[in-house]
Amino acid sequence: MSKFKNKKKGDLPAISTASLPDIVFMLLFFFMVATVMRDNTLMVKNELPNADQVEKLSKDRTTFIYAGKPSEGFKSKYGELPRIQINDAFVGIESVQLAVTEARNALREELQDKFVVALKVDKETNAGLVSDIKQELRKINALKVMYVTTVRNPNE
Amino acid sequence: MAKRSAPEVNAGSMADIAFLLLIFFLVTTTIEKDKGILRSLPPIDPPVEEEEVRIKEKNLFVVLLNRNDQLLVENELMQLKDLRKAAIEFLDNGGDVDNEGNPCDYCQGKKDPKSSDHPDKAIISMQHDRETTYGKYIEVQNELVAAYNFLRNREAKRLYGSSYPEVDDVYFAMLAEKEKNQFKRDEQLEERIAKLKQMYPMKLSEAEPK
Repeated sequence: MSKFKNKKKGDLPAISTASLPDIVFMLLFFFMVATVMRDNTLMVKNELPNADQVEKLSKDRTTFIYAGKPSEGFKSKYGELPRIQINDAFVGIESVQLAVTEARNALREELQDKFVVALKVDKETNAGLVSDIKQELRKINALKVMYVTTVRNPNE
Repeated sequence: MAKRSAPEVNAGSMADIAFLLLIFFLVTTTIEKDKGILRSLPPIDPPVEEEEVRIKEKNLFVVLLNRNDQLLVENELMQLKDLRKAAIEFLDNGGDVDNEGNPCDYCQGKKDPKSSDHPDKAIISMQHDRETTYGKYIEVQNELVAAYNFLRNREAKRLYGSSYPEVDDVYFAMLAEKEKNQFKRDEQLEERIAKLKQMYPMKLSEAEPK
């Protein structure tokens, strides 16, 4: 009789946590894969304007141009006036053509005629600077632009 | 000597380490989805022989935005919130015929002879100052694009609303569907979208800033 009394009665067996690391690792890998690191470090103040008539941007056919006042760390070197940033450097208006052409040529061929230039411009910037950029884009026939904005609810 | 088995590594803290990493990535991840207003710039035409293109003044809706971010529409000071309505009224007027002599049978405007003839002829011209702030400029652009979208939505609802019974913005729904089926072309859908675009073509011109 006593032989079979080893089992404790009424005690739930502990749930094995051995697979917990596996589950967490799975999640971890998901986020590692899904994370896109920022391509460019922003060197300008970039508070985007607000709009509700927006469309989505397809990243695969896009190059970005940033513009705005240099952010805090760059003020001493580059001053207060709005500047254009492409990739990781401040450029003058005359370099826009070259940079955009380069970006377009780097695309897959079938996407080149759907090329979009996304303008991420701070809302405090003068619109004249944007016109200058657009004028340069017209000269190299990069005619699709997207003014990147934040989205507000249209019913507000 | 008896063989000593290597002591087992305690894997109990593995979960903690993984959690730590997980939380780091959770916090640093920003799933970015950029959205914005898509516009096409006019190509730079080679200087052709000056062929006078006559646009009647009534077919032109002039929007000026000055350096103090004030809005002048058709020579009247206007608040931004009224711009959309004014643009819709202008585009939808349909007072006369288009270039082929067809009247606008889908317009629901006032048919005012002093306003635009036909959506096909109606042009919105926007000019801003160099010192206009970009934020304001985008707000105005947004309102003007909204006017076109409103009209296209309205016509889409009238023509194809039965295929989209539970949607208000039928044109947007059609565009979304097109995007969803981008690998499977739907001729009919594209034809319909093209037709809507052609009913209210976006003729939104921008003059060089002063």
